[in-house]
Amino acid sequence: MSLLKLNDLYKTVILEHARAPHHYGQLADVPATTLNNPTCGDVITVQVQVTAEKISRIRFSGQGCTISQASASVMTDVLSGQSVEQAQRLIQAFSKLVIGEKVAEQWTKQLGEAAVLGSVAEFPTRIRCATLAWHAAAQALGEIDE
Amino acid sequence: MNISERRADFPILNTQMNGEPLTYLDNAATTQKPQAVIDAISQYYLHDNANVHRGVYSLAARATDQYEAVRDQVAAFIHAPQRESVFFTRSTTDSLNWVAQTYGEQNLQAGDEIVVTALEHHSNLVPWQQLAQRKQAQLKVIQLTSTGELDWASAQQQITDRTKIVAVAHCSNVLGVTCPIQKLARLAHQHGAIIVVDGAQAVAHQPVNVQTLDADFYAFSGHKLLGPTGVGVLYGKLALLQTLTPAQFGGEMISNVTWEHTEFAPIPQRFEAGTPNISGVIGLGAALTYIQQLGFAAIQTQERQLTAQLLNGLLTFPDVTVYGPQQVAQHGPVVAFNVDGIHPHDVATGLDLAGVAVRAGHHCAQPLMQVLQVPTTVRASVQFYNSAADIARFLAALQAVKEFFQQ
Ligand SMILES: Cc1ncc(COP(=O)(O)O)c(C=O)c1O
Repeated sequence: MSLLKLNDLYKTVILEHARAPHHYGQLADVPATTLNNPTCGDVITVQVQVTAEKISRIRFSGQGCTISQASASVMTDVLSGQSVEQAQRLIQAFSKLVIGEKVAEQWTKQLGEAAVLGSVAEFPTRIRCATLAWHAAAQALGEIDE
Repeated sequence: MNISERRADFPILNTQMNGEPLTYLDNAATTQKPQAVIDAISQYYLHDNANVHRGVYSLAARATDQYEAVRDQVAAFIHAPQRESVFFTRSTTDSLNWVAQTYGEQNLQAGDEIVVTALEHHSNLVPWQQLAQRKQAQLKVIQLTSTGELDWASAQQQITDRTKIVAVAHCSNVLGVTCPIQKLARLAHQHGAIIVVDGAQAVAHQPVNVQTLDADFYAFSGHKLLGPTGVGVLYGKLALLQTLTPAQFGGEMISNVTWEHTEFAPIPQRFEAGTPNISGVIGLGAALTYIQQLGFAAIQTQERQLTAQLLNGLLTFPDVTVYGPQQVAQHGPVVAFNVDGIHPHDVATGLDLAGVAVRAGHHCAQPLMQVLQVPTTVRASVQFYNSAADIARFLAALQAVKEFFQQ
């Protein structure tokens, strides 16, 4: 079978993040936002601590598929240290990227490893897996969810 | 059964998915449709389209005759004692909700009990749960044994003289088990309860005799037995139907209307308000004809072989857990499983890229997932038109997916 196609979605970076996710865990005293994907039952909890307008600490927990876990992990890397406004812009850029919309190079650069998940656009049934953590973060940041 | 001839009856089976031959193993979700069903629906629209039970012209009579002939066909198919016991709905879900909203609404009182089983699909659970809440009745659950079969001791414990309704799946859409309907019906009836059977996963795979089962209501969907979506069936014992007031009103279901008063049409029209899914019913008729021509003996022989190949193939992987019975003799054509360390979604995406369509998720049975202590599973389900090559392709693709993720 065409395992090469599996590599299109499951790039090495993604597999590595899913195996050893970054910023996995929980923060005491920080409100948690939990979202679930009703079609598959995946659950992700995101906690964001903002100090002086910047994301000082971020954690995620929960269980899910390779894509949702890896996406949450890269997200925590990307959003750490960002201002709330910049984080919201990055979340928007990511949301566009994964549905195959064009995103300015400035944003793909800043998304770094997260931009690799742009390949999920070719796997429409998995887009929600990729966006779950980002929606939770957006909600945690006080943005109105879609 | 000549499998390649039968496969040729289903045009979609000869197509590709992701550049690979389509290996369709999500038959429990919906079956594929033979050309005969597709043709019956287009023939109806090309030549026979008119509303039923209304026109005096010949075309309307033809449409009505065809529609009503399928009622006879369904009655014969499930061995209903009379055609009046059969009426058409949208789906299994619609049929079960009908029983809850009509029989349940008109017969339940505070303190009564509704008994379901731990393996129910949401559509045979949520309507009862909501009814119980509306009526301040109690919803009780028959538990399963460690192999996923109905625990008879639990059934005896849960069904009591306060029980008014026992709602149970004939066959599970996850565990591949068949529930002992006849035995449950006897127990329910001894306690003065009725039994409502969700036949969605049974009707395509075994002959159903509602009289032998002694089911008070029996529900199923056309799309799970080669028919189109949007048409379902509800069978009810005539004596019960006669006690019920319709819950939906409008055209077709009346015999005389004045400003003050309406006389309802006789059963079963009484319970079919409005223009029904005529083309769907006609398509269902063609599906039943196809199945009857094939015969359940041939269908079951082929499906038992496929199930054996599927189940035994899965059990050879040391890191695969199969839920439900581990023996083919107890296992229906639906097999739910998980691979250690690989999320069901990732398994399903991997298989998809190899052209293999399986389901990953909770299969509309979230409480059952809790019982199994898993968030979700993968599920492969066969139909007689699957081939040994389909199962072999599935098992090979699963091996490749495992190697990819476990590298
Ligand atoms: C056991 C069982 N009950 C009920 C249903 C609901 O069928 P439908 O969606 O056609 O109403 C299904 C199928 O999804 C099923 O497998």
